[in-house]
Amino acid sequence: MSDIDTIERMILAAVGSAADEASLEAVRVSALGKKGSVSELLKTLGTMSPAERQTAGPTINGLKDRVNEALALRRAILREEALQKRLAAEAVDVTLPVRRSPLETGRIHPVSQVIDEITAICSDLGFAIAEGPDIETDYYNFTALNFPVGHPAREMHDTFFFNPNAEGERLLLRTHTSPVQIRTMEQQKPPIRVVIPGRTYRQDSDQTHTPMFHQLEGLVIEEETNIGHLKWVLEEFCRAFFEVDRVEMRFRPSFFPFTEPSMEVDIRCRRVGNEVRFGEGDDWLEILGCGMVHPNVLRHGGIDPDKYQGFAWGMGIDRIAMLKYGMPDLRAFFDADVRWLRHYGFRPLDLPSLAGGLSS
Amino acid sequence: MKFTLSWLKEHLHTEADADEIARTLTRIGLEVESVADPSTALAPFRIASVVSAVQHPNADRLRVCMVDVGDGGGPVQVVCGAPNARAGMKAVFAAPGSVIPYTGDVLKIGKIRDVESRGMLVSERELGLSEEHEGIIELPADAPVGTSFAAWKKLSDPLFDVSVTPNRPDCLGVSGIARDLAAAGLGTLIGHALPPGHAALPAPLPVTLDLGDAPNLCPAFALRLIRGVRNGPSPEWLQQRLRSIGLRPINALVDVTNFLTYDRNRPLHVFDAAKVTGNLTVRRARPGEELVALDGRTYRLDETMVVISDQKGVESIAGIMGGEETGCTEATTDVLVESALWDALNIAQTGRKLGINSDARFRFERGVDPEFCVPGLELATRLILDLCGGEASEMVVAGSAHVARRVVDFPVSEVRRLAGLDLPETEITDILSRLGFVVAGHGETLAVSVPTWRPDVGGKADLVEEVMRMVGVDAVPVRPMRKVEGVSRPVLTLSQRRVRTARRALAARGLVEAVTWSFIPKDRAVLFGGGQPELSLANPISADMTDMRPSLLPGLAAAAQRNVARGFGDGALFEVGQIYRGVRPEDQFTAAAGIRYGSAGVAGSGRHWQAATRSVDVFDAKADLMALLDALGIATDKVQVVSGGPAWFHPGRAGTVQLGPKTVLGWFGEFHPTTLEQLDMSGPVAAFVVILEALPTPKVKATKTRPPLDLPDLQAVRRDFAFVVDRGVEAARIVRAAEGADRKLIAAVQVFDVFEGPAIGEGKRSVAIEVTLQPWQKTLTEADIEAVSAKIVAETVKATGAVLRS
Repeated sequence: MSDIDTIERMILAAVGSAADEASLEAVRVSALGKKGSVSELLKTLGTMSPAERQTAGPTINGLKDRVNEALALRRAILREEALQKRLAAEAVDVTLPVRRSPLETGRIHPVSQVIDEITAICSDLGFAIAEGPDIETDYYNFTALNFPVGHPAREMHDTFFFNPNAEGERLLLRTHTSPVQIRTMEQQKPPIRVVIPGRTYRQDSDQTHTPMFHQLEGLVIEEETNIGHLKWVLEEFCRAFFEVDRVEMRFRPSFFPFTEPSMEVDIRCRRVGNEVRFGEGDDWLEILGCGMVHPNVLRHGGIDPDKYQGFAWGMGIDRIAMLKYGMPDLRAFFDADVRWLRHYGFRPLDLPSLAGGLSS
Repeated sequence: MKFTLSWLKEHLHTEADADEIARTLTRIGLEVESVADPSTALAPFRIASVVSAVQHPNADRLRVCMVDVGDGGGPVQVVCGAPNARAGMKAVFAAPGSVIPYTGDVLKIGKIRDVESRGMLVSERELGLSEEHEGIIELPADAPVGTSFAAWKKLSDPLFDVSVTPNRPDCLGVSGIARDLAAAGLGTLIGHALPPGHAALPAPLPVTLDLGDAPNLCPAFALRLIRGVRNGPSPEWLQQRLRSIGLRPINALVDVTNFLTYDRNRPLHVFDAAKVTGNLTVRRARPGEELVALDGRTYRLDETMVVISDQKGVESIAGIMGGEETGCTEATTDVLVESALWDALNIAQTGRKLGINSDARFRFERGVDPEFCVPGLELATRLILDLCGGEASEMVVAGSAHVARRVVDFPVSEVRRLAGLDLPETEITDILSRLGFVVAGHGETLAVSVPTWRPDVGGKADLVEEVMRMVGVDAVPVRPMRKVEGVSRPVLTLSQRRVRTARRALAARGLVEAVTWSFIPKDRAVLFGGGQPELSLANPISADMTDMRPSLLPGLAAAAQRNVARGFGDGALFEVGQIYRGVRPEDQFTAAAGIRYGSAGVAGSGRHWQAATRSVDVFDAKADLMALLDALGIATDKVQVVSGGPAWFHPGRAGTVQLGPKTVLGWFGEFHPTTLEQLDMSGPVAAFVVILEALPTPKVKATKTRPPLDLPDLQAVRRDFAFVVDRGVEAARIVRAAEGADRKLIAAVQVFDVFEGPAIGEGKRSVAIEVTLQPWQKTLTEADIEAVSAKIVAETVKATGAVLRS
């Protein structure tokens, strides 16, 4: 029996000192393999008498079980150790930076975003979007809009001209989006509800003027519509656009050749730092011009001014963007400084909607 | 248009204060830009009494005064250089800290020749009251010491600055503004009865209107001679009026004309009769004629301009500016006074051509009241006789200043139709009458006769505006517009949707949207295929903004350059906007373009620890373009990519994307080295352009149903092939050849490896493709696969001269 004890001590010692699964397997083979020490002992059982086997059997089988148990235990420990070692080896520095998502770096220009906001509001009010060319004729930009030839109001537009063509006609860059009023009337019969966002051009440059800027024109022509409706549309538009509960507007009679009566509109606000808060305070900020479409303009568009009437308004898209989002300088809009675009631009998936809100 | 409250009150009886007047002006369409009271700057100056004045110990011309400033403290020591400073006088004292209006300086306690001076006794000039600076202001003995000088002198006189719209020339005179305010209910208009005629002398020289077939250029020309005037500085009240609105008094004769220009919107001209030779003629200028005008500058005239000439030559530019030679000076004794009517358009054109912005031009080109032409001359005569004496002649009037009043048929229902205001006819009549309209008739349609001073009123809508501005736009009730019933319909057109989608798609690829100028420098326009003469501006605002852009790329390149110069060398920008290939509306196209520079490739920008930094290349641009097309609903597997592109691209690193040779959708590539050099950029720069109008319009289908999805039950089999081809053989040809081997079975062919090197041989490259075979009926046997593989190899070898790598 002392042999068996010795064998057991030796095997268990070998199991305990096995440093990895391979050496543990070697221990198993040396004990339990075909020629293993325990297997050899088991083989001796066949040569024994039943009486001897009665006592030796349990002893040897007990040894085999204990060895198996020790092997399993040790294997589990070694596996765990190996796993831990692997995990430690595989560990990385998760504080290392990853590439920024294109959704994180891409930006939408504030002018585009604001046009999308305007589209969301105006489409809900039943307005379509109309467009027209930047290079215009004197007729569409002035004459059809009831600017008398040579009238000082034309001079106030600081127009960019092209050189006269062979026919002596001098084309120009549109000074406002209003020519599209005429183009729309020529193509479409009333009722008309369109807004016209677009690039416009005047020879002007300072902090709040650039030679190119964006205007939004609105035009409604129906059989029954008047200044009361105009006031409603503008108040609704400004309330929705500036995302405030209420706005207060002041309508001042003014002059534009293409509307009669004409008005300029101020909006009540309070300036706090670079913010403009609407619906409060004692400041009035001029925000747009509007009026009932002049009968001559309707006539130029082929519409009977005694049957139909309408109103129009115009405002600066860049300007309302500045008021809403607080950019101090218009010139920066067209400079493409990536720092500015990153700061004032919008994320690619910031899609303005009335359901989800114009801005997040 | 500037005027003071006191001036306004010459024409308007009113109890209203400056605030109420300003509010009313703005409400009725005369927008007040500012109201300022210059006397507020004089508030710190107080009446003081000079207790003693002794000789300064160190200066002959200075005196040391002890001044009682009335603040209860002891006398204050002031060093004063004025010759009239003396004990016992009442003067105006400026304490340290006051701002002296004339200099704008803050007064400090100082030492003058070692004697301390704790304030200043001021002259009229120092307070900005006049040019008087010979001595300090002397006040009467009963002036109350310690009281504000400005308050005691009643200097408060608010100055209004009103922005008058171009349709309202009548409000370029104070009397016109008063008329509007009276009509708005702010007071009563003060009528000024015109003085009776006072002709003591026979009419002066005759005047000839020699304008041929264009008599409209000068409908009327009224002239009067006044002999024996004494010209000199005008009286204080007149000087003060002119100074109060920032005009400089010159001499009485000139001041009278300036006064009536602002008081009555009646420009006049006075000239020295002694310097006029022979009779006067109003005629067109002769080409090349010159005049030295009152501003001292010489103007070269042409035959489109109207002048007043005597026998010697041009005397003045009609309605714009007089000549220097015949101008009135203090030596003038006989003066000709002219009041005329001119053609507004001609005045505007002449003024613009000559670059003269005079008060007269400003008014004549907007329109003066023709009926006031002759009365204006009467008024001027009266003023000149009063101020300068002399004897007036009879008046000569060439032409006629009489015009028929326009009469507008005015259905009163228009007020409701256009303005949404419900007003009784009586109120409408009343408002119009207060504004000087003469209303005839009752009932539905009134006959409204328009006053001659309102050239802007010609139709019904104009009358509605008159009514509305008087009752106030606030009185118009807000009315909701009719909304479409049910859910709103989509409003955007296909091209509008594409513009929006393009922006979001490109931003989602990490590009930053720029909005760049529509006009660019000529050389850049030429570089990118533009620069045609018809697209060059005649009057660009700067040399960098001369030509309409033929492409978005030059603007984006310039934007990239600016960012690089600021230290941001890696970037990706895009723009979606208009480009111009000609001047017609149909020559304007909408492009979507992007530019990547530095290391800002599709995979990311800048250095990163996970990968080596890579410069952008043609494939970044191609990837952007293809992603954009996909976002816009174009099947990218249907478009053809052809090597090469426009001249500004590297010929070997650019591609054209098309649907057949006639339908080019866009281009991508790296900028040509020469282009980079001309742009002064260092490369590589990868760019792409898509012309949105070139994209096909999707077919309109009856329903939104997608085609049924047919999925195979059998698994696909993949086989790889590597071919060695000449370097010039395009991968697309290999793919097309392989695809053609069995159109039913081959579901996809993809290039997965491209290799060049000595192992392959000079001028050769290896292209490896993975072919996906998709069986539909039965599983492929090894023999089936062998058969199709052999066909793939054979087709590819035939089409491209390839050799299969073993």
